[in-house]
Amino acid sequence: MRAPLSWLREFAPFPDDVALLRATLDDLGLVVEDVEIVGEGLEDVVVARIDEISAIEGADKVRRVVVDAGDGPLEIVCGATNFALGDLVPLAPVGATLPGGFSIAKRKMRGVTSNGMLCSGNELGLGDDHSGLLLLTEVPGAAPGAAITEALGIEADVVFDVTVEGNRPDAWCISGIARDLAGRMGLEFRPTMSAEVARSSAETVSLASAEVLDHELCTRLGVAVLTDVIVADSPDWIQRRLQLAGMRPINNVVDASNYVMLELGQPTHPYDLAKVEGPGLRVRQARTGEQIVTLDEVTRTLGVPGRGLGDAGIDCVICDGSDSVIGIAGIMGGATSEIEATTSTVLLEAAAFDPIIVTRTSRRLALRTEAAARFSKGTDPGVIELAMVRFAELVQLSSPTALLCANPIIIPSAPPIARQVIVPIERVNALLGTDLDAAEAGELLSRVGFVATDADGVLTVSIPTNRPDIRDGDPGVADVTEEIARTAGYSTLPRRRPSWPQPGAPGDRQVFRAAVREVILGTGASEAWTSSLVAPGEIALLGLDEEEVVITNPLTVEESRLRRSLLPGLLRSVGRNLERRQERVALFEIGSVFVHPSAGGPRRTTRAGALGGHEAEVPGEAERLHLLIAHDDADARTAVAVAQLLVDGLGLRRVIVGAQSDDDLLAGLHPTRAAVLVDKATSCVVGAVGEVDPRLVDELAPGARDRRIASVEIDLDVLRDPTKVLRRPLEAVAVSRFPSSDLDLAFVTPDAVGVEALLDAVSAGAGELLEDIRLFDVYRGPGVDAGSRSLAVRCRLVSEERTLGDAELASVRQAMIEAATALGAVLR
Amino acid sequence: MSDQLTPESIAALLEQAVAALTAAESLADLDHQASAIRAKDSALMAARRSLGTLDDIDARKAAGALLNDAMTTVTEVVEARRAVLEVSERATQLEADRLDLTEVVVGDVSLPLGRGHAHLVTQTRASLEAVFVAMGFTVEEGPEVETDWYNFEALNLPPGHPARDMYDTMYLDIAQPETVLLRTHTSPMQIHLLERAVADGTLPVHAAMAGRCYRLDTPDARHLPVFHQIEGLVIDRGITFADLAGVIETFTAAYFGPDIHSRLRPAYFPFTEPSAEFEITCTICRGEGCRTCSRTGWIELGGCGMVDPAVFAAVGIDPAEWSGFAFGFGIDRCAQMRHQIADMRSLIENDLRFMRQF
Repeated sequence: MRAPLSWLREFAPFPDDVALLRATLDDLGLVVEDVEIVGEGLEDVVVARIDEISAIEGADKVRRVVVDAGDGPLEIVCGATNFALGDLVPLAPVGATLPGGFSIAKRKMRGVTSNGMLCSGNELGLGDDHSGLLLLTEVPGAAPGAAITEALGIEADVVFDVTVEGNRPDAWCISGIARDLAGRMGLEFRPTMSAEVARSSAETVSLASAEVLDHELCTRLGVAVLTDVIVADSPDWIQRRLQLAGMRPINNVVDASNYVMLELGQPTHPYDLAKVEGPGLRVRQARTGEQIVTLDEVTRTLGVPGRGLGDAGIDCVICDGSDSVIGIAGIMGGATSEIEATTSTVLLEAAAFDPIIVTRTSRRLALRTEAAARFSKGTDPGVIELAMVRFAELVQLSSPTALLCANPIIIPSAPPIARQVIVPIERVNALLGTDLDAAEAGELLSRVGFVATDADGVLTVSIPTNRPDIRDGDPGVADVTEEIARTAGYSTLPRRRPSWPQPGAPGDRQVFRAAVREVILGTGASEAWTSSLVAPGEIALLGLDEEEVVITNPLTVEESRLRRSLLPGLLRSVGRNLERRQERVALFEIGSVFVHPSAGGPRRTTRAGALGGHEAEVPGEAERLHLLIAHDDADARTAVAVAQLLVDGLGLRRVIVGAQSDDDLLAGLHPTRAAVLVDKATSCVVGAVGEVDPRLVDELAPGARDRRIASVEIDLDVLRDPTKVLRRPLEAVAVSRFPSSDLDLAFVTPDAVGVEALLDAVSAGAGELLEDIRLFDVYRGPGVDAGSRSLAVRCRLVSEERTLGDAELASVRQAMIEAATALGAVLR
Repeated sequence: MSDQLTPESIAALLEQAVAALTAAESLADLDHQASAIRAKDSALMAARRSLGTLDDIDARKAAGALLNDAMTTVTEVVEARRAVLEVSERATQLEADRLDLTEVVVGDVSLPLGRGHAHLVTQTRASLEAVFVAMGFTVEEGPEVETDWYNFEALNLPPGHPARDMYDTMYLDIAQPETVLLRTHTSPMQIHLLERAVADGTLPVHAAMAGRCYRLDTPDARHLPVFHQIEGLVIDRGITFADLAGVIETFTAAYFGPDIHSRLRPAYFPFTEPSAEFEITCTICRGEGCRTCSRTGWIELGGCGMVDPAVFAAVGIDPAEWSGFAFGFGIDRCAQMRHQIADMRSLIENDLRFMRQF
């Protein structure tokens, strides 16, 4: 809401201190986004007449111009060409500073002295046009030497661009902002009074009828009639104020309507009475499929349920006496009854509508108007009478013949009753942490139009009708408390550092995630953040046959699906870093991926629907870690090693490379160089290791073409679950103080026998003395039969009680060999 | 030459070409055969060049059409063969590439020395969480896909509420329209926590919740459609607005430094009343007034307020016994302010040159 200071001053004698006003508005919650100083920088600019134009030798972009700005000929160099001898143009003389801060100095170009600058509208902050000089020739009152502010009727002013919060419908107008500001600054607020207007003896009902069929939708309707109107331009000051407030002047009738809205917050709609059947207005709910052509010449279909939750398609419409729709209530009028130059009788509608209905209709029709925005927040049903009289008064300024008919129709005619909220002062103090007494609170409330009476510390607060945001009952106590705090100033309220006996602590998820991140950072990989919003087709790209989770109303089609995997985004980032010639590129991300409910993943249902009374099945969310390593020597083996680091770093008991080949974690990985990770004891799949499918690399990361990219993906939801992935025992195991002995054994093992199986067998053979066992060599080739390979394992044996002797070692060795032999392995 | 241009001879030329293509056993061979067929000196091209030798216009037209068809057929055969060979070559390559990961000798793999950099947003989030933990908060988190109930209705934003327009919501094409959505703020976690606390009888609650949120915001220097928020919720006996102001001030000093202060000014959030916007001393000019803070010395950080009675009603908490406050702000924005990052989009570009600074 743009609020000119000159307009605010109609209501209270505000001071000139712009910084103070701004700070006060901010502190009231009427946040000033911007302050425009109108006329600033134009003080020295004058009107000049073009008396001579001549070329400058050797210059084809500029010309020499001689002007007269009241005190004789002045030589100027000018680049514009849109003027002729005798034209009047703005001159910024030497020493002037223009609105942008540009200072004019004497300059010499190609031997010609330029004693100032002739200006475009853009340079003066008076419009966007910078194609040529601002021509003033046709402006009445423009004469050489006159100040441009005078010639153009620009008055110095300050415009505050105020953001009005959703719960402050009362402040969405000049008088409302002024009321708040005056209350805080201790200035007397002078509300708009119904002025003396010229009235006709003709009764309004004799010229028009009015009827409200649906009182829920239209809580109050006012209809006034103005006869003998001459449609003309509004007075200059009205036009100027509308422009400062950001509206375009149109004619005195429409301008008066807009002026009233800006001043009092009440949108009104003027109709040409001659074009309204009946003549009269009926307000009712739209019938299904009913149509209207609105002022913007678009045909709108009404009464049709929308997509929005609970939008049953209820629209409120204004009809004429024959029941044809001539306006969408509170949003936009119809084209048929528009005010025109020939209009002589004006029917004015000023009403209060249900905010939710206006919000829904406006959203469904994508028709957002100044009026709709105000009705959506809730208007003051008590200001309707004043708004109609004020409208008449403003029209009469430029159409003195116009007469307001007697007794405008108002349904219901009784003024709305102020609601009351009971506010015990201790509730206020309990919410604010203050020590206010009831009288202080009552005084603070009175500054913004609330009337509070105190009985033993319990305030009975009458809510002004311009505050529909204040709720009844208990919630109203909180609302009134906010008003007390706001008018007092939040900065005046106490501060206290609370404490409680319960200790603070991170959650298990954060602790676990931090541990995972710590291990991965230790591999040299850096953490990326890729968007969860992806383009269609990414699931197919990964080779998965699943339904995508689709965003109904995306910003762009490239961001219209939820990601199913972290891989594509991460791979693109890897590719871009390689293209930028980064070395040792390794990136990881920890984040959520989403699975459509139809994909058979873990189901997630949650409360949904009106009042949360239903259950909705929503996409599953899984937290994943994905790591890509694109070092020169990285490959699937690197991924296996990193996975082991993770197992070790997180204190997991035993997670191994598994044999399954159909897990969705393998999507997008190299089909013959990837495998799942499983917990050895529970067989739960926790992730996948390998390389990225070269086809995907070509597609998504051309910068990484022909490079092996190691990939580790972990399902953190599984990894975190100690029933799925076993942890090392909590209890410490004492280490032996006796020397250990290593036994290296190489077995020619048939391919059908897995490494794990061999290790298990050998471990079992070693029994309690085994401290550690690991694979240290794999050999295929001459000397080993095809269909077999040699697997070399190193077993470290130790006893807690003694140094192992040769005989004991030999018997353990024998037991291990026998165990391996039982699997079909042969000692080499 | 014109004997080459009879329908029969053209068919024969085509047949030869197709046979050569079909016989190609590798993509390289296929490319070689295809370019031979399309080369100037190929039989088909020679035939095309000799069209001019036909005097009869109709015959010339007919032969020309046949030759064009033949070239089209060649293209089709090349593509069909390419598809077949691609599959088999990929299969061959993959097979040749096969590596049994169960046989990896982990001890032989050399991992590089070096330490990576956590994402700036992660670092910021961790610092913020640490500050709140030190102040006695537990840390909680929740889902990014939410329903209308948690994101709006239980937070006193019933369907049709005008303030919903403040949250440019992305809806999912699941269940009833506009029922399932991407959370627009972390505040749905308030409802989850309170529902749980009521069900388990575990009030009071002192929790901080961080996570990813979504809004239909065109990306620019200060906004991303996918962003991160952190939220605080305290529900206990005797909690007041003074406690809220105190917590905000303590947090501000703890995170930004002792010379950065906070102030509250009235604002509107349907789920808090009284509500406030909190501002902190401008981190650029330290309160002197500069362009970033519009010469006010203060910059907006987040929203806060006393939990609204309607929220208590939605989760079944008696406001006569319990009161509390909530606050929330952008993690990315915190990082942006603390590190003076000109353009928020730097955070999602994942350029290592940028990331390695932090």
